[in-house]
Amino acid sequence: MTATLTLPTVESALRAEDAVLDVTVAAGDGFLGRVPAGGSFRIVDLHGNQAADTLFYDADDVTNRYSAMDTIREQRAAYLTAGSRLLSQDGDPLVTITADTCGRHDTLGGACAQESNVVRYGMHTRHQHACRETFLRYGAPAGIGARELGHNVNFFMNVPLTPDGGLSFADGLSAPGRYVEVRAERDVLVLISNCPQLNNPCNGWDPTPIRLLGWTA
Amino acid sequence: MTALLEHDVPGGAHWSLLLRAGRVLRLTALDDGAVCSTLLFAAGDPVDRLNVPDTLKAQMSARIRPPMVLMSDRGAALASVTGSSLDWHDCLTGHSLDGHVAEFGPTSYGTDRNDWRRSARSGLLSELRKHGRGPADLHACVNFFAKVAIGADGDLAHVPDHARAGDWVSLRAEQDLLVVLSTAPHPMSTAWAPGAVRAEVEAGAPYGPDDPSVTFRPESARALANAQAVLA
Ligand SMILES: [Zn+2]
Repeated sequence: MTATLTLPTVESALRAEDAVLDVTVAAGDGFLGRVPAGGSFRIVDLHGNQAADTLFYDADDVTNRYSAMDTIREQRAAYLTAGSRLLSQDGDPLVTITADTCGRHDTLGGACAQESNVVRYGMHTRHQHACRETFLRYGAPAGIGARELGHNVNFFMNVPLTPDGGLSFADGLSAPGRYVEVRAERDVLVLISNCPQLNNPCNGWDPTPIRLLGWTA
Repeated sequence: MTALLEHDVPGGAHWSLLLRAGRVLRLTALDDGAVCSTLLFAAGDPVDRLNVPDTLKAQMSARIRPPMVLMSDRGAALASVTGSSLDWHDCLTGHSLDGHVAEFGPTSYGTDRNDWRRSARSGLLSELRKHGRGPADLHACVNFFAKVAIGADGDLAHVPDHARAGDWVSLRAEQDLLVVLSTAPHPMSTAWAPGAVRAEVEAGAPYGPDDPSVTFRPESARALANAQAVLA
């Protein structure tokens, strides 16, 4: 089904040579950064099918965090794509997806954790690296602890839902060089875990680096 | 079975209870279209709470139904859905905010007394604060008795009056729980017609290896085993 899926894509007019931020995040590593209101932030899937687990926060109040459920309810659609407004749990727009050459992103699959890996795959995965470890490590300087970890976006990840209420992790829709770009609707913090998951197809069974680019307004 | 506790939550109200491990909480819609936006927390833990995405992906479902196990951030079972007259309880669309309620016009205690319209958010926060918790403890809820239909392209549409008076769901606590709930209408509802919900707590019974939640999926069984190991 997904192999033949054609999704709308939107290119960005921003150029990498004008970026004020240009970093590569290694497989299994993380990132915390601040995007000022009006600024743009791009995540590039350098090698294809790499899940970028991402959380957004109101930079002035980390309890006003990205809310997957409020976002999909207000847009009346389960997936994120160009035009999606990502809302906080107080209903405030945090960022808007302004460009997307992948076409569709998940926000219902959550992040991997050592503990949920045990549930899904068995006790032998308890000590494998996981997104929640990265979120807690990189979030700590901003006061983001376990209580502040909401349900994240999985950029480049494909978690199809079905009308009969099914949900699965499917092969990715992304490919090398595809990207997603957001515009900050207020000053926001972006917290990313470049997913280290080895036990399902969300990273094509081989976690790879992502590139992050940022532009001021 | 005789109820240890029985309490009717009026429509548009909020409530919380501490539920001992092993006991069964049965929720019954007393009116057509009732909704019960529910959060679960491990009572003995400062941060562990219901994690809807982890619950869904572990059990390959986009809805809550028996005999699914409701799992925490830390991969432990909080409750098992031991039975329900409905095979679909929404868990994708969150709870109502003050902005949703404002669409139904002005309201206040001064003019409407206890029929004033309050959002699920205000009610859930009120109950959380009684237990020393606050906005950071909000997480995705289960909207028992509600259904939001999923289209082929992932489009979402609220199904009005999914529940009829008498519809029910039962949850077996797998750890000591704090249960926080609101009976405000679903946030996608176009009418303000809150329904009441009856809560009954029953003693419950020990479960064995043939329990439907244990045999449902290996993931469900492992989450239940993790709950048994919370206090090693
Ligand atoms: Zn991950």
